Amino acid sequence: MKEFMYTVKDEQGIHARPAGMLAKEAKKYESKITIYKDEKSAEVTRLMALMALGIKCGQEVRVTAEGPDEEAAADGIKAFLEANL
Amino acid sequence: MAQEYKGKPVFKGIALGPVTVLKKQDVQVKREKAGDPESEIKKVEEAVETSKEQLQHLYEKALSEVGEASAAIFEVHQMMLEDEDYQDAIRNMIRTERVSASYAVAVTGDNFAEMFAAMDDDYMQARAADVKDISNRLVENLNGNSIGMEAGEEASIIVADDLTPSETVQLDKEKILGFVTVHGSSNSHTAILARMMNIPAMIGTEMDLDKLENGMTAVLDAFAGTFITEPTEEQCAAAKEKMQEEEEKEALLQKYKGKETCTKNGKKVHLYANIGNVGDIPSVLENDAEGVGLFRSEFLYLGREDFPTEEEQFRAYRQVLQTMAGKKVIIRTLDIGADKQVDYFGLGEEENPAMGYRAIRICLKQPEIFKTQLRALLRAAVYGNLSVMYPMITSEEEVAKIQKIVKEVENELTKKGVPYQIPEQGIMIETPAAVMVSDELAQMVDFFSIGTNDLTQYTMAIDRQNAKLDDFYNAHHKAIIRMIRMVTENAHKHGKWVGICGELGADLELTDTFMEIGVDELSVAPSMVLKLRKQICEYEGYMLD
Repeated sequence: MKEFMYTVKDEQGIHARPAGMLAKEAKKYESKITIYKDEKSAEVTRLMALMALGIKCGQEVRVTAEGPDEEAAADGIKAFLEANL
Repeated sequence: MAQEYKGKPVFKGIALGPVTVLKKQDVQVKREKAGDPESEIKKVEEAVETSKEQLQHLYEKALSEVGEASAAIFEVHQMMLEDEDYQDAIRNMIRTERVSASYAVAVTGDNFAEMFAAMDDDYMQARAADVKDISNRLVENLNGNSIGMEAGEEASIIVADDLTPSETVQLDKEKILGFVTVHGSSNSHTAILARMMNIPAMIGTEMDLDKLENGMTAVLDAFAGTFITEPTEEQCAAAKEKMQEEEEKEALLQKYKGKETCTKNGKKVHLYANIGNVGDIPSVLENDAEGVGLFRSEFLYLGREDFPTEEEQFRAYRQVLQTMAGKKVIIRTLDIGADKQVDYFGLGEEENPAMGYRAIRICLKQPEIFKTQLRALLRAAVYGNLSVMYPMITSEEEVAKIQKIVKEVENELTKKGVPYQIPEQGIMIETPAAVMVSDELAQMVDFFSIGTNDLTQYTMAIDRQNAKLDDFYNAHHKAIIRMIRMVTENAHKHGKWVGICGELGADLELTDTFMEIGVDELSVAPSMVLKLRKQICEYEGYMLD
């Protein structure tokens, strides 16, 4: 399993549209990608659950990737977060 | 009968016209048993596909009408429809409870909407409407109903309980005069789209939709936050007038905002605004005034128990100067008299307060009050483009006394090592005496600002508050015009500039006269700035040799 921490910089937090883009991005990989905020978590491909985490600007989240392409998945999602959120 | 409702405006504007009430065909889906779960699930899948196509179509419509940022929501809707949790929940319900596809969608939609509504974040709460929107769409498609509500043939004010983004975008833009909803938030798409489309909109309006009928006339005033159904003739007329004013203002803004105020024969004029409070500054900027030509400092002294401290004043002046960011700000020193009730001044009653102990007279008799204000002004001058002017001057002696006091304040500040700057200093010309000695006064100060209200009252010996005298009062009296000419000539003779900050300055009938006289600055109510700029820019004047 691969994991990394990320602090959200987008002023609006993970709001609807980037959440949608993120979910789409995650679907490119076979690995199961999960995002953790405090005690709650959501699979990144599940848009509504992801939005329901209500992740705001400045909050730190943990992201894990588990599966055959976990390395590529973790790198890909990290790059996506840095570029968009 | 006219009925008025209050609400929260989300995009300002006025609309007058017939009402179209959009009542939700309430998606009351009955709990129905279904035979074969797998065929119900198949129906859901088909409905999802149809919905996605519709949303793609809406996305393209929104993209061309309101732009990418607002259209993006329909992309998100498509993704929400594909959400695995959402679809799993629907399928699961159909299988375990053996209910119809539409019932399962409706219940699942409500559950997900509730989850968002319960979040502690305004933005996410507003997303509950999105979930409901997609669920309603699915249900309508499952039932084979056509989607969306049609506005009438005529342009109308759309009234609804709440509007979903897709409803808002589907409406023909040309036929919407305004939006009024019972629910909704400033973050809702209706609010966002209304802003994008420049359509007056109001949310949170407490009204009973059952009492409204299609075609009823109504006025939406999204400045005042009111919605009036079956308005009276007067209310209609007032709305029309306000609409026209807005249109004119808009047209003026389009044409004259950011333009230089300059006559056709090349005379540049400074066009400033009069204000009485820090809170008026936004309207100064909005109306594109080039500065503040009269900032009445009385607001600092009124409505309180004791004199404002130097620090309080300093902060207020600095705030104004910083907000105006380098634009001219002319602050008039204390202009209080027995007509304004300020108990702590201990002024007592006077027979004739207009001619009494007031303004600079108080400042010269009680120099401590004056010095406190001057210290604050000199210190604030460091932070912007400040000018100071002194009211109610009648003689050279008074100006000399003021200069002496300013010098004392300057010395004190230097001694204490407090940063300060000596601002440009001028006087108000508002007594006939000052007019008559303006030749001498011009040699002592940097500028004149003519206060036409008091000057007219003192010259004509007419109390403006006395309605009986209205027949004798003539704002355009030759005497006043001649005085303005005399003051201007004397100022120019000594290389000083002249402004007008009284009501006459905004009198469009006199603008050409003032241009001909050669007045250098006009300071008027913020709302008059652009009208005056138009008048000045159109002034041809005489051909210069």
